[in-house]
Amino acid sequence: MQTAGRVEASLPISSDMDLAWVRQHVRQTAAELGFGLVEQTKLVTAASELARNTLVHGGGGRLESVRLANGHVRGLRLTFADDGPGIPDVERALTDGYTSGDGLGMGLGGARRLVHEFSIDSGPDAGTRVTVISWTVRPPHPRGEV
Amino acid sequence: MPEHETAEQRAPHDEVADFLRRRREQIAQRWADVPLFRTVFTVSRDEAVEAGKSVVEALAAVAAAGRAEDAEAAGFGVVREQLTRTAAARSRAGASSAQVSNEVDALRTPVVDLLVADLSAAPAEHVRECSTALTVLMGTLRLVVMESALSEGQALIDRQRLQLLEVATPVIKLWDGIVAVPLIGTLDSARSQVVMETLLEAVVEQHARFAILDITGVPTVDSLVAQHLMKTVAAARLMGAECVVSGIRPAIAQTIVHLGLDLGTVVTRASLADALAYALDQQGTGIVESTPHAAGQR
Ligand SMILES: Nc1ncnc2c1ncn2[C@@H]1O[C@H](COP(=O)(O)OP(=O)(O)O)[C@@H](O)[C@H]1O
Ligand SMILES: [Mg+2]
Repeated sequence: MQTAGRVEASLPISSDMDLAWVRQHVRQTAAELGFGLVEQTKLVTAASELARNTLVHGGGGRLESVRLANGHVRGLRLTFADDGPGIPDVERALTDGYTSGDGLGMGLGGARRLVHEFSIDSGPDAGTRVTVISWTVRPPHPRGEV
Repeated sequence: MPEHETAEQRAPHDEVADFLRRRREQIAQRWADVPLFRTVFTVSRDEAVEAGKSVVEALAAVAAAGRAEDAEAAGFGVVREQLTRTAAARSRAGASSAQVSNEVDALRTPVVDLLVADLSAAPAEHVRECSTALTVLMGTLRLVVMESALSEGQALIDRQRLQLLEVATPVIKLWDGIVAVPLIGTLDSARSQVVMETLLEAVVEQHARFAILDITGVPTVDSLVAQHLMKTVAAARLMGAECVVSGIRPAIAQTIVHLGLDLGTVVTRASLADALAYALDQQGTGIVESTPHAAGQR
């Protein structure tokens, strides 16, 4: 049974300095939960991409992080939320190399590949919520899938 | 009786200005005993009194100009620096901004009390107007102190940040024609700008043909950091130097691959030593090259 802990932290994302705090928080929490170095690095990097999107494209917002437990497996859920312009076409935004600014356009798609679970809730003028989860051990594939 | 009437007709701000000038000494004496001045001027009480007097003078000038509500009033300019230093000294001693703010506020009661006592013969209405004017003036003073303390704090942070940017970007000459920059910490846009400038300068000064960017000390390589690195490499290339990126740790290498970043034509090596060996080899000044055999091969 999957259980969600209390909201571990709610961090503002409104400056470059805040991005450093976000990375620091995610790294520390992941380490405490027992993530290996590679998984830690992946999650921190995904968080860095998503937090920067919140700042640059969403005009600032917050990160909420929650510790999860699923049997012995521990997880971390990160939600990046802003009240910015939203993403009109999520599929296109996820396409590697697509950017509406002058970035590399690899953040969103890259972050999705770096975590175990990924979802976007966004729409024009509706703000953006990107939620990611990673587990200390990659969850077993459901029966039938390889 | 006629005396009374002249007093009544005076504008409160003029009355306050006169009062401040007249009672300068006494006010400063009283202030010398409140925490703000007492704790800063610990060595000599006379200095505290002198400091207090200059503040009273400034307040009198502002009141006389009728600008009690204006934190930008020229009169405050004279004491702004001194007040900033006083507030900064309190902060250094561990006082929070709220505390400092309260301490500035504590200057108000002694001076208002003195004013009320001075005007005891005046009509109540006039006394009230004058003490209100003085209270407003003291409130503005508090604003001035807090504003300058804030901007002083910000200036300090900016200075330290700038220092950090410079300190954290040393360029090391490893060999004739080979320079290296060990990058440490977060490679945000400001940092990477400094890195690029410092590196390009070094390339020109040292006539470098190879520049090694060592990222062992960079904890996170995301797409922005990668973009900055690639820009730096491209700029160095334009200056005739080839860049080698070294110190990509295994966890970061895997992350870069998952992220989907393509470092393209950037030459990478696991360690700074490997990068140096590569550069020496390319330059034909390899350490192994001392045999006459190898020397002829180029
Ligand atoms: N929080 C957000 N709010 C609005 N738009 C966003 C947000 N996050 C991503 N986007 C959009 O998705 C695009 C792709 O994002 P990303 O892959 O991170 O590339 P980049 O940030 O380099 O542009 C962005 O250019 C932007 O148009
Ligand atoms: Mg991005």
